[in-house]
Amino acid sequence: MTGSLRQWLASDQPASRRQAVLGNLARGAKAIITNPAALTGLLIVIALLIVALFAPLIAGRISPIAQDLAARLAPPSSAHWFGTDELGRDIYARTVHGARVTLTIVMLVAVFVAPIGLAVGTAAGYLGGWVDALLMRITDIFLAFPRLVLALAFAAALGPGIENAVIAISLTAWPPYARIARAETVTIARSDFIAAVVLQGAASARILFRHIVPLCLSSVIVRLTLDMAGIILTAAGLGFLGLGAQPPTAEWGAMVSSGRDVILDQWWVATIPGLAIFIVSLGFNLLGDGLRDVLDPKNA
Amino acid sequence: MSEPPLIEVEDLNVSFPGRGGLTRAVRGASFSLGRERLGIVGESGSGKSTTGWALLGLVPRPGIVTARRMSLSGTDLLSLGESDWQSLRGRRMSMVMQDPKYSLNPVLRVGRQIQETYRLHHRSSAAEARRHALAMLEAVRIRDADQVFHLYPHQLSGGMGQRVMIAMMLIAEPDLLIADEPTSALDVTVQNQVLRILDDLVTVRGMGLIFISHNLTIVSSFCDRVLVMYGGRIVEECKADELDRAKHPYTRALIRAAPSLASYQPELSVVVRDPEWLA
Amino acid sequence: MAGGTEMKGLAAGRPAFAVVRRFAAFLGSLLLTFLGLTAVTFGIGRFIPVDPVLAVVGDHATRAVYDKTYLAMGLDRPVPVQYLIYLRKLVSGDFGQSVMTSRPVLSDLMQFFPATFELATIATLIGVIIGVPAGVTAGALKGRWPDHLVRIVGLFGYSMPVFWLGLVGLFVFYGKLGWVSGPGRLDVAYDDIVTSRTGIILVDSLIEGEWAVFRNAIAHLILPAGILGYFSLAYIARMTRSFMIEQLSQEYVVAARVKGRSFWGAVWHHAFPNIMVALITVIGLSYASLLEGAVLTETVFAWPGLGLYITHSLFNADMNAVLGGTLMVGAVFIGVNLLCDLLYKIFDPRLRTQ
Repeated sequence: MTGSLRQWLASDQPASRRQAVLGNLARGAKAIITNPAALTGLLIVIALLIVALFAPLIAGRISPIAQDLAARLAPPSSAHWFGTDELGRDIYARTVHGARVTLTIVMLVAVFVAPIGLAVGTAAGYLGGWVDALLMRITDIFLAFPRLVLALAFAAALGPGIENAVIAISLTAWPPYARIARAETVTIARSDFIAAVVLQGAASARILFRHIVPLCLSSVIVRLTLDMAGIILTAAGLGFLGLGAQPPTAEWGAMVSSGRDVILDQWWVATIPGLAIFIVSLGFNLLGDGLRDVLDPKNA
Repeated sequence: MSEPPLIEVEDLNVSFPGRGGLTRAVRGASFSLGRERLGIVGESGSGKSTTGWALLGLVPRPGIVTARRMSLSGTDLLSLGESDWQSLRGRRMSMVMQDPKYSLNPVLRVGRQIQETYRLHHRSSAAEARRHALAMLEAVRIRDADQVFHLYPHQLSGGMGQRVMIAMMLIAEPDLLIADEPTSALDVTVQNQVLRILDDLVTVRGMGLIFISHNLTIVSSFCDRVLVMYGGRIVEECKADELDRAKHPYTRALIRAAPSLASYQPELSVVVRDPEWLA
Repeated sequence: MAGGTEMKGLAAGRPAFAVVRRFAAFLGSLLLTFLGLTAVTFGIGRFIPVDPVLAVVGDHATRAVYDKTYLAMGLDRPVPVQYLIYLRKLVSGDFGQSVMTSRPVLSDLMQFFPATFELATIATLIGVIIGVPAGVTAGALKGRWPDHLVRIVGLFGYSMPVFWLGLVGLFVFYGKLGWVSGPGRLDVAYDDIVTSRTGIILVDSLIEGEWAVFRNAIAHLILPAGILGYFSLAYIARMTRSFMIEQLSQEYVVAARVKGRSFWGAVWHHAFPNIMVALITVIGLSYASLLEGAVLTETVFAWPGLGLYITHSLFNADMNAVLGGTLMVGAVFIGVNLLCDLLYKIFDPRLRTQ
């Protein structure tokens, strides 16, 4: 039974669209799972999801914001696995809850960036002419900006906070997606099947949303995975500068910042949350590399 | 014949380990070569190019080369170390590759690339190397050698590029030249021109030539002797002018498949393969 | 690549014209991008909830003073006109006053920039000197252990938060081992020994022959520069590797071996010149992004550069200073980007003579 399923998935001559799609997925999944680096990345990302989802359980019901001034800056021990910070809060609980903030930021940025990039890119690529020239010029201008500094300026203008950090990062992160979507659109729009759709009398909007956007989506998704690490690092950077999540929310970048003044004596306060940032972005990087190897073997 | 033959190859095998086990590109090839023109014919994948790479010690990783005997003018090639190979390549044997568009370094000037071969094998001043390179450019019948010397490869036409390639590979006066499809990438009009230059140089300098091609007509008119390869094996060896008396069915099928002006063929014949040939 | 089989090179005409045209296009895109940059900073400046008039006159100003300043700042004019006024001021070097330092923003920037320049330059040097050979080796030995090593080192660099690595570096090399000096550019004892000519302490101390100051500056610089250099290295090595792999699969590399070049000879003498042009761009980009990475590093190391200036201004709601700093970093960033683009076109013979 499993043997025939495997055969069905691996077939070179899929009989249906569903078989082709599932077969491709199976081949990709196999390539990811058999590649140790990519598998490590996948496991880390899954771990992040689990930790974020079940944070209160995993933190052992210790509140991430409960202060215990008597136990300030306590080193790691059986009571406080990762020690406590300058307000006596449990760093383990804060690190676990911080996963939620990180995941929220990453997902929100993805939700903002992909549609903006897709809209600008497909519109430019499909409509061409001066619309294309104008949109791409704007994209280039944003692309030429230093990302963190611009995000900083935006965050400063909008005021600190997670939502504004997300907006600031999104505002600086969309241009590469527009570029990708445009390049794909230009190729797709020239292909014969689009010509066929046009001959059938379909409206431009329909062609864009039903035919072109779905085809651009896969490369946008790969790019998103590869970008996740960068987004996490930028978000953490904003948090470190005090422009991300505001106290008492547990956010990894802000946690590192709070350990800054005591780094020489109480190293764990800054080190532990920094390690969390490092591991999570390493996970996304490994997974993204693996995905790219699968989808674009030329650059492997 | 007191002098050993230029090339002696006995039972040459080249294989590449891959996912589905070993791929055997050359199987038990044996041949020898004097100062003559030997053609190797075969379809793509027949192992003809790989044979050439094996002679130069440049079979790409992770290929495995074994042979009972492989020698150049009596020098045992199988026991050579890497530095021996380097002093031998370019100086005693050399290769002209298919397309000058890819085989010339795009960011180095033509003159520099020709001189390089010379200076790798001769202690010489820059001026002397330059003089040799210019002479070599003239030998391949490039008129404005002084100007061409300073050009970049993309500024040359295909025929010019291939002549530069020949100059680059012959400047150190090797005894053996392997020409791997040297004219396939060129326009038909320039092909003959390049072949003639190659022919003259080989004759004048008394070199041995291995001419690798898929084109039976060119090979038979250009070479003294022909090897026909199929599936990594040498299936036929004969004098070029006796090709019409070839015995192996593959060779005969190849000859039949070539269009001819002499007789009218309503339909070209297609080679029908016999699995026996690979056995 | 149009053109027939005739010799293209000898007739490749109008090179002077082509250069002029390319330069004009270069200037054009430079201008446009700068306009975009200023439009964004202007927009942010207009967007902030802080009342720009109050920021100037203070909370206790009378209504009359407020209104007068309001008109003087041109805030009653239409937004596009305000933008033009803003542009005219920028062109004349007027970035406004910094509330924090009560000095013109431009002179602040001039004072803080050299520290960032010094840091980013040394870091890029480290990145190039280690990253390029590492990337070449990794690409040439693809799939073997040096390649895996470079890949892992690079991946770590891509995944580490720079501010965290800075703190850990301070903890280990300054706190525990005592190999380097702590935050800042100099120990207090060495302050004001050397007069600032270039603002780059390494250069200034050399000019005056103050070796003790030079050594102290190095001791302070080495850790932040090393950490930024690591990030630059990670990027440069990764890009070099992939360029190298691409080139080594080209036929001209085999041709070089046929001529008698050794493997490494073919790598360095033939493949390397082919990646050099692309490398210029990569190094430029990495340099520009270091200016940016400096924002976080400077905060960690209390390095008195542009980044620290911007963040300090940020917390003092000193918008003129923030936007001036952003503009400056953006300008350098864009300048480096476009310069690389231009160099690319000048140095690649295929593009140059077409």
